[in-house]
Formats: sequence, C-alpha cells, structure tokens
Amino acid sequence: MSVAEIAPPATAPARVIRQAPPVHTEPPAVRIAIITVALVFLGLVIGLPLVSVFVQAFAKGWQTYVAALVDPDALAAIRLTLIVAAISVGLNLVFGLVASWAIAKFEFTGKSFLITLIDLPFSVSPVVAGLVFVLLFGSQGLIGPFLQANDIKIVFALPGIVLATVFVTFPFVARELIPLMQEQGTSEEEAAISLGASGLSTFFRVTLPNVKWALLYGVLLCNARAMGEFGAVSVVSGHIRGLTNTMPLQIEILYNEYQFAASFAVASLLALLALVTLCAKTILEKRLTREH
Amino acid sequence: MGHGSVTAGRQSISFRRRSVIPGFGLTFGLTVTWLSLIVLIPLAALVLKTTELSFERFVAIVTAPRTLHALAVSFGISFAAALVNAVFGTLVMWALVRYDFPGRRLVDAIVDVPFALPTAVAGIALTALYAENGWIGSLLAPLGIKVAFTPLGILVALVFVGLPFVVRTVQPVLADLDKQYEEAAASLGASRGQTIWRVVLPTIWPALLTGFALAFARGIGEYGSVIFIAGNMPNVSEIAPLLIVVRLEEFRYADATAIAVVMLATSFILLFIINRLQQWTERRTTER
Repeated sequence: MSVAEIAPPATAPARVIRQAPPVHTEPPAVRIAIITVALVFLGLVIGLPLVSVFVQAFAKGWQTYVAALVDPDALAAIRLTLIVAAISVGLNLVFGLVASWAIAKFEFTGKSFLITLIDLPFSVSPVVAGLVFVLLFGSQGLIGPFLQANDIKIVFALPGIVLATVFVTFPFVARELIPLMQEQGTSEEEAAISLGASGLSTFFRVTLPNVKWALLYGVLLCNARAMGEFGAVSVVSGHIRGLTNTMPLQIEILYNEYQFAASFAVASLLALLALVTLCAKTILEKRLTREH
Repeated sequence: MGHGSVTAGRQSISFRRRSVIPGFGLTFGLTVTWLSLIVLIPLAALVLKTTELSFERFVAIVTAPRTLHALAVSFGISFAAALVNAVFGTLVMWALVRYDFPGRRLVDAIVDVPFALPTAVAGIALTALYAENGWIGSLLAPLGIKVAFTPLGILVALVFVGLPFVVRTVQPVLADLDKQYEEAAASLGASRGQTIWRVVLPTIWPALLTGFALAFARGIGEYGSVIFIAGNMPNVSEIAPLLIVVRLEEFRYADATAIAVVMLATSFILLFIINRLQQWTERRTTER
C-alpha cells in the first residue's frame, strides 16, 4: 500500500515543490514497537497455550498418548461427542436455512427483534443454558414428575446433552446466512418463480448454490462449538463415565484425577479440530470475498 | 402448506409486504416455533421458577455474602479483562490492518483461536502454563507473582476468551476508513498523534466500545476456561457461573435459579446496550 503513495512516477516532480511530506503513518520506531507488543501479547495469550496442549499431550511419549485415546472411556466420550455434534449441527443447519429464508426473502414488522432473539443464546452463560433444561426436565423440574412417570430420561442422558448443545449453537448457521441472503436480495428468486419454478426448486437450484460457502462456514463453526461445549453440557450430563461424558467432560475428569498427559491427549484432538476449523474458515473467507 | 395459506395470509396478515416468493407462512412459523421450543420457553421456565420464591427469599439469596462475592468477581474481573483487551486488542488490530510484517496472515488467523478452541482445552492449557511449575508460572514465581489459582488467573483466562471480540469488531471499521481523511488532516498540518486522536479514534470509537461490551458480556458468563485456573475459593476466586453449579450439586435449586436469573437479566441489559452500540457503529461508518 505504501509504495503507490510514496513514489507515483507521474507526480514525482511535484514532490520537489512540496516542502515537508505530510505524515500518513507512524515513525518506524513506533511501528516496530506496536508490532512487537502485538506479537508478544498474542504469543503469550494465545500461541503458548495452543503449543502447550500438544507438548503436554506428548510429554509422556507416544505410547501414553495412544493409550489415553484408546481407553474405553475416552472412546465412549469421542463417540458421544460425534453423535451429539451430528444431531445438533443437523438441527441447526435446517433451522438456519428455514429462518434465513423467512428473514432474508420477506419484509415484515418485528424482523430485527426476531434476529435479536435468534442471537440471544450467544449472550446467555453456558451454565444458565444448562440450568434451564435441568429446571424443565430434571426430577425437581416443571415437567420432571411427568417424565419420571412415563420413564422418559432427558436430563443426565443424551436428549439433555443434545438440547443444551442445540441451545448454545443456536445462532451459528442462521447468523452466517441471514446477512448474505439479505445482501443478495430476492430478484433471482422472483425471476425463477415467475418463470414457473416451484418454491422448493427455486430454493434448491437458485438460493442454496448462492449461499453454499457461507452455509459450510456456519456449519463448521457450529460443529466446532458443538464438539467443544463444556459449561452447558456439564450441567445437564450428570458425568456418568462411559455413558454421558463428552470429550470436554472427559478432559475435566482426567485432569482432576491428575492424569495430565491423558487429559491433554484428549484435549489435543479438540485443539486439532479447532485448527482444522480455522484453516477451513480462512480458505472459505477468501472464496466468499472473491465471489462478491 | 400450500397456496391456501399464502393467499389467506395476504388478506389477513398485514404486517408483511406482498411478495411473489412462496413459503413465508411455513418458514416463519417453523422459525418462531423452533425458537420458542429451544430458547424462549426454557428461558421463560427459569423466570417462572424464580417466581416460586418469595421476594424476601430471592433478596436473601442474591445478597448473601458468597453470592455477592461471586458476582463481584465475575463482573469486576470481566471488566478488567475487557479493558486489557481493549488496549492490546486495538494494538493487535492496528498492526494487522495498517502494517505489513512477515507472518501477518498467520497472526491474523491466530486471533480466532479463542473462538474455535473449546473452553475446557483453553482452561487446562492456561493452568499448565501459569502454574508454579509451568513455562510462564516458573518465570513469575521468583518475582513473587502467583497467577494460577488466584483471581489473576481468572483475568488471564478472560483475556484469552475476550480478545477476538475486540479485534474482530474494530478491524473492519479501521480497514474501511478511507485514508484520505488522515491525508487531509496531515496536509492541513496535524501531527500524526493529532490525526489519530482527532480523526481515527472518533471513527473507531463506537466499534471499540462494542468490542469491549462483547468481551465483557462473554467474560461474565464464561465457565470452562476459568474453573481450572481459578482455584475456586469461595469469596475469593469463585465466579458466579461456578456458584450456580455448586448450588445445583447441593440440590439448592432455589439458590441456583435466583443467581441464574440475575445473570440472565444482566445478559439482557448488556445485549440491549450492545445492540445500541452496533447501531451507532453502523451510523458512524455510513455517514462517511
């Protein structure tokens, strides 16, 4: 950016007349200082913790690492995490598409209020998110007695974990889709409809291809959060080993038992997932900006 | 849902503008239903459960010393962490937008790590680093500074989770700021410091406040990354979300509910403020 400003050949003679060039940026010393402070801060706050996850995971060697991951409880936790993420991401994917169609393709009163409500779970503490489901479905809860009488288990079982996860990841897909679909407007859909396409085929052949990268992006972020959610799931899961422990809960249990290497081994899988998600995000963002 | 409901909708529902695109009734209905089932009804249940408490009981729970300490720790340290992030986040953002240096793209990607890294993973990693035998903790120990298992540890964890909120909120605003304003200021004789203070800062200020508020709000509710490093001493380093969990494990549902309602009310107030700040940011950037 600075090259064009400093030396545009056509205006070079004018520079001779100008007495002191106006200052557009900071002096080099200040620039270097700001970059150094920024890098040191990021290194201390984010870089080191990330590196230490992998270093600690392999601190006791490969054998311990592998042993920690093939432990039956760890495998059960991995399996449960995958199931919970698959269900909640699927639900949020459908919801995100449905909600963004209603919000982006139509004009109605109260739209911005509806968007605020969809965003609401972002600002609720994960612990509170878990608590509301315990208060609803727990044995002391509002419909707990009814559930117990009919032998339906929600809290301390898979349905509760899924509900809490859907709650905390609720806005992820919709948030990515709504602004993009609003920006794209309705003219393409209107053209398709007036040419005789049905609503569904308009959606699948016009709208969906237009938003596919944003959708994938939202799904990736949603998945990362779903697999890593700790607070909300911790409240509703009941921490039953091999049954209702997700990977983050397994990390906590191992850590509290001073099995640090095993704990970090499980954590390294989630850290890897985070890194893969970020790589995919960077690639997708490039694609999204290129298409605009 | 077919044509019938759409035409009926056109006559009866006047809150929406006409459109040839089908599916409003179906998608709007599904959206509101699903939103109610997953988010609104459960949150309403929390409020409903609180009304079972008498007012005196509610006040007694919320003003109990342990609750007040937990709320003070959560709010105070979240505020401090948001301040740290406002200062250092702005520096990071400035370096990323305005300067070119080797590895800039990688550094830009790393800012998002706290968004993607599960909080429990961050929690144990930070604890291992800042414990007395950890990489950073062992350097600080001779200086007499203890971070892990003290309120300072909570600050470190909340700085970690809050940083991307500040950077990612302010970054696009500075990137969009046309350089000609700074050039105009400079050619009119303003020093670089004056230009930043009088031209750049007023433009990014609403976004910076929004980022601060987002980081603050996130810090208040944060649980996973904090509980490992905090030490969780009642009245000293116990955060409000943890106190909810503790009460729940003691089967003191009323206590858990009352504290949760206070936190939920705070989230609503902060959400309202953040919405206002975002509108302000948008006005500020479109004016230019």
